[in-house]
Amino acid sequence: MKRLKNRKANDFRTITLEVGVVPNADGSAKFGFGKTIAIAAVYGPRKVYPKWKQRSDRALLNCVYSMVPFSTTDRCRPGPSRRSTEIGKVITDALAPAIFLEEYPKSVIDVYIDVIQADSGTRTAALNAASMALADAGISMRGLVASIAAGKIGKEYALDLEGKEEDASACDIPVAYMPTNKKITLLQMDGDLPVKDVVNIINLNIKACEKIYEKQRQALKARWDK
Amino acid sequence: MNRLDKEYITNMSSKGTRMDGRKLDEFRKIMIEKKPIEKAEGSARVKLGKTDVIVGVKMGIGTPFPDRPDEGVLMTGAELAPLAYSKFETGPPRADAIELARVVDRGIRESGAIDTKKLCIEKGEKVWMVSVDIQIINFDGNLIDAASLAAVTALWDARLPTYDKKTDTIDYEKKTTKKLPVKSKPVAVTIIKIGDNLLVDPNLKEEETMDCRLTVTTKDDGNLCALQKGGISGLSVEEIQKAFEISVKRGKEIRKKI
Repeated sequence: MKRLKNRKANDFRTITLEVGVVPNADGSAKFGFGKTIAIAAVYGPRKVYPKWKQRSDRALLNCVYSMVPFSTTDRCRPGPSRRSTEIGKVITDALAPAIFLEEYPKSVIDVYIDVIQADSGTRTAALNAASMALADAGISMRGLVASIAAGKIGKEYALDLEGKEEDASACDIPVAYMPTNKKITLLQMDGDLPVKDVVNIINLNIKACEKIYEKQRQALKARWDK
Repeated sequence: MNRLDKEYITNMSSKGTRMDGRKLDEFRKIMIEKKPIEKAEGSARVKLGKTDVIVGVKMGIGTPFPDRPDEGVLMTGAELAPLAYSKFETGPPRADAIELARVVDRGIRESGAIDTKKLCIEKGEKVWMVSVDIQIINFDGNLIDAASLAAVTALWDARLPTYDKKTDTIDYEKKTTKKLPVKSKPVAVTIIKIGDNLLVDPNLKEEETMDCRLTVTTKDDGNLCALQKGGISGLSVEEIQKAFEISVKRGKEIRKKI
């Protein structure tokens, strides 16, 4: 079975990365998988309001994911939805293991991510952008988090599904991975697949994450090695 | 959560035991009460130890989504009511409640448990809308597994109310003998990681101690249909594979109870 644009099973779409795209933010980055583009901006570590929310032993991490109204074919309503709330939570859970939160007690690190164009893989693009933005903000981290999704079309695995392919796929499995300690920090799935296939797809994702991780490093180096 | 409890639980799990004497891969006593709510089209109450959850299924009629004109609609909501736990608050659902509802929803939806095409009354105009509402009565950890089990049991037992096409009204008092088109029994099993150990069915203290969790929803044929990782730590591929194994095994046992 042929994929759109003759991509192979383990090919991802053209990746675009840029660090430092929001001058006001403490750190920021843009990440794109083909037509999917996400911008992330980090503010903090800064004071927590309301104050009772602060923790004396570590920083809070607050990731807010949103899709802008013109990012999709049909306009999507602005403001938080149930979907965006859940994605914000899983992104927070995926990035928290990478940050030395204990170094910033009584503070909050806010990460705002806007998907400005959506063509599948928005949560993974958002995560990649956020991970780079955190590093750009100079927050001490155990390593970068890289993320990508894969599925299965017909009998073939397919990495980084684009919008039209996603409808044909038997499943969608996004993964976030930290190459520095070989830990998976985000794992979701919807679909219907035997255990063996799920494990294979997770491993396919991990290999791709290692490549994305290299690109993220290079983009950060390009900005800071001047 | 105090430090001593945390250390105690971590030490015990590294020795393969737990505070309530269970093995690491052992569930608490599962109690399922079918149809506790007569007014609902379907309902079930599940107790996992002290965790107590009621799920009610209500049916209504509405217009289908434009991209799926011949399919009924499934909606899942969850309420972490302050009645159930001192730290739950009133107000609109927050991230935890939304995640709970969406993970339960994903398990049912992706397993194809409901044949939504059979819920169509008039293509593009009228379909059955199925609302699955999760209400927590008492919280002692592992809400996802309890709510998921209650939701599937409630859907499995639900009966359609009488619908009069001429007057376009539903008579909820007169339930038909017609079941909902439910085909399979997806079961969610949540595995938590404490230190280097994997545990099932955490109670509240274990859940507060955990590094992270992975919910694995399996179908009758052993296939996976939904995954959700949560918590602020990572998992290795080996740990994930072990979690799949545990979930398939325990899922099979729990499925027999529905």
